[in-house]
Amino acid sequence: MEKDQVNPDFKVVIIGGSAGSLNVLMQILPQLPAIKSFAIVIVVHRKSTDEQTFEELIELKSAVKVKQVEDKVPLLPGFIYVAPSNYHLLFEKNNTLSLDTSEKVNYSRPSIDVSFESAAEVYKNQLVGILLSGSNADGTNGLKVIQNEGGTVIVQNPESADMPFMPNNAIQNMIPDYILNIQEILQFILSMDN
Amino acid sequence: MIEDIELETLINEVYEYYGFDFGSYSRASLKRRVNRIYHLDGFTHFEQFLSKVRSDPEYYRHMVDEITVNVTEMFRDPSFYTVIRNQILPLLGTKPFIRLWHAGCSTGEEVYSMAILLKEAGLLQKSLIYATDINAKVLETAKKGIFPLRMMKEYSENYRDSGGKEDFSNYYTANYGIAKFNEELAQKMVFSQHNLVSDTSFNEFDIIFCRNVLIYFDNDLQKRAINLFDDSLAVLGFLALGTKETIKYSISPGKYKQLDREKIWRKIK
Ligand SMILES: C[S@@+](CC[C@H](N)C(=O)[O-])C[C@H]1O[C@@H](n2cnc3c(N)ncnc32)[C@H](O)[C@@H]1O
Repeated sequence: MEKDQVNPDFKVVIIGGSAGSLNVLMQILPQLPAIKSFAIVIVVHRKSTDEQTFEELIELKSAVKVKQVEDKVPLLPGFIYVAPSNYHLLFEKNNTLSLDTSEKVNYSRPSIDVSFESAAEVYKNQLVGILLSGSNADGTNGLKVIQNEGGTVIVQNPESADMPFMPNNAIQNMIPDYILNIQEILQFILSMDN
Repeated sequence: MIEDIELETLINEVYEYYGFDFGSYSRASLKRRVNRIYHLDGFTHFEQFLSKVRSDPEYYRHMVDEITVNVTEMFRDPSFYTVIRNQILPLLGTKPFIRLWHAGCSTGEEVYSMAILLKEAGLLQKSLIYATDINAKVLETAKKGIFPLRMMKEYSENYRDSGGKEDFSNYYTANYGIAKFNEELAQKMVFSQHNLVSDTSFNEFDIIFCRNVLIYFDNDLQKRAINLFDDSLAVLGFLALGTKETIKYSISPGKYKQLDREKIWRKIK
C-alpha cells in the first residue's frame, strides 16, 4: 500500500527560472512579510559556487525564513526552500523533499520540469507554478502538468524578462492562467495569505 | 506517468518473484525511474510490462539496472576530497593497515579518486578498498577502470580543485575515446555485490563512503543502512555521506562527531 499518504493541507508556490531570474526573485522576496499558509520552493539554474550566496542573500533581505534543503527535509508552510545545485528536487507524498542525481533534463540539474511535475503530483490544486526569465526551454512541460493536475500557472510577462525565451516558450505551448509583470507576481503571492 | 497503484503492484510482484524489496525506496524518484524504463522499452499497457518482469529474469535484471541511478563522477565535490586529503588521511596514515568501504560505488569513479589520494599520500600499499553495489553491470565497469575520455577535462579540473598537484593524465592511458586507469590503482580494490536493503556487515572498516545512495531510500531504510555502517565501523572510524545527506534522523546524537561543515562523521564511541 501507499505509505504515509496524507492530503496536503497547505499550499505550495513553486518558482522556476534561469538566466535573469535571480534579479526578479530579489525584487519579489524582500517585499514579502512573513508568510503563513504556504511554502515557497525555488528551482533555478545556477553555478554551484553561487549556491550559498543566493540563500544568504534571501535570508538577509527577506522576512521569510530560508530552510536549507537536505534530503528528506520536511516541507512546511512559512518557509522558503531553494533547490541545491546538481540534484533534481522531488516531492514525496508525506510532505518531505527528496533529492536525485539522475541524468540532466533539458541540460539542467535541477530541472524545472522535473520539480514542477513532481510537485504537481503531490500538491494538485494546492500548487501555484511560476515560470520566470530564462533562455532555456525547461519549465514548459512542468507547467502543463501543473495545470492538468488542477494547479494554477503563472508566467512572467516576457516583456518584463531579461531573457524572454523561457516565458515565451511556455506561452507558445500552453495557456497560462496569468501572464504577469514582476510587481503583479508579488501582488499575487501577497494575496495568497488572505 | 504510471499510476501510484501500478508502482505498488510492481514492488509487490518483484518482491514475491525475486525477493528484492524496493518497498523502502523513495517513491518520487522510483516512480520516475520505472516510468522512464516503461516508456523507453515501448510498453503501452502496464499488465504487459508486469508480466514481462515476472516471466523473464533477464528482463527483470535489466529493469533493476535501469531503475537504479548510477550517475557518478571522479572527485565529485572537490572540497570533500580536500578534507579527506588534508584532515582524514593523515589520521588514517598512522594505522598499520587501512580498510575502506565504498557502498554504492556505481561505476567506480569515486573508488579510483580515492585510490589516487591514497597513492599520493603514500598509503595505497597498506590499504584495502572494498567497493560494493547491487548493480552487477556497474561493478563490471568499475573493475576495468575504464571511463569515457571526454570526461577527463572535467575530472582533471575537479582533481586540481581538490588540491591535486600531479599531472592528472599520468593516471590513465587514452585510447579511442576511453581512459584506462593504471592497473596499479586497482591492485588494492575488491569489488563485490552487496545489497544495503538485506545484506549484513561483512568486515570492520576505518572509513566508509556512502555518497548519494541514501537519497534513494526512505527514512526507515536510511536508518537501517546507517546502523549497518555503524556495525561495520571501528571506533574512531569515519562515515562519509553525500553533500545533502545526514545521519541526524538515524543515529543517537553523541555517538558521532561531525567534521566542520562536511558530511563526514567520526565514530567516537
Ligand atoms: C548515484 S550512485 C552513487 C555513486 C557514487 N557513490 C557517487 O556519489 O558518485 C547510487 C548507487 O547506489 C546503488 N544502489 C542503489 N540501491 C542500492 C542498494 N540497495 N544496495 C547497494 N547499492 C545500491 C546504485 O546501483 C548506484 O550505483
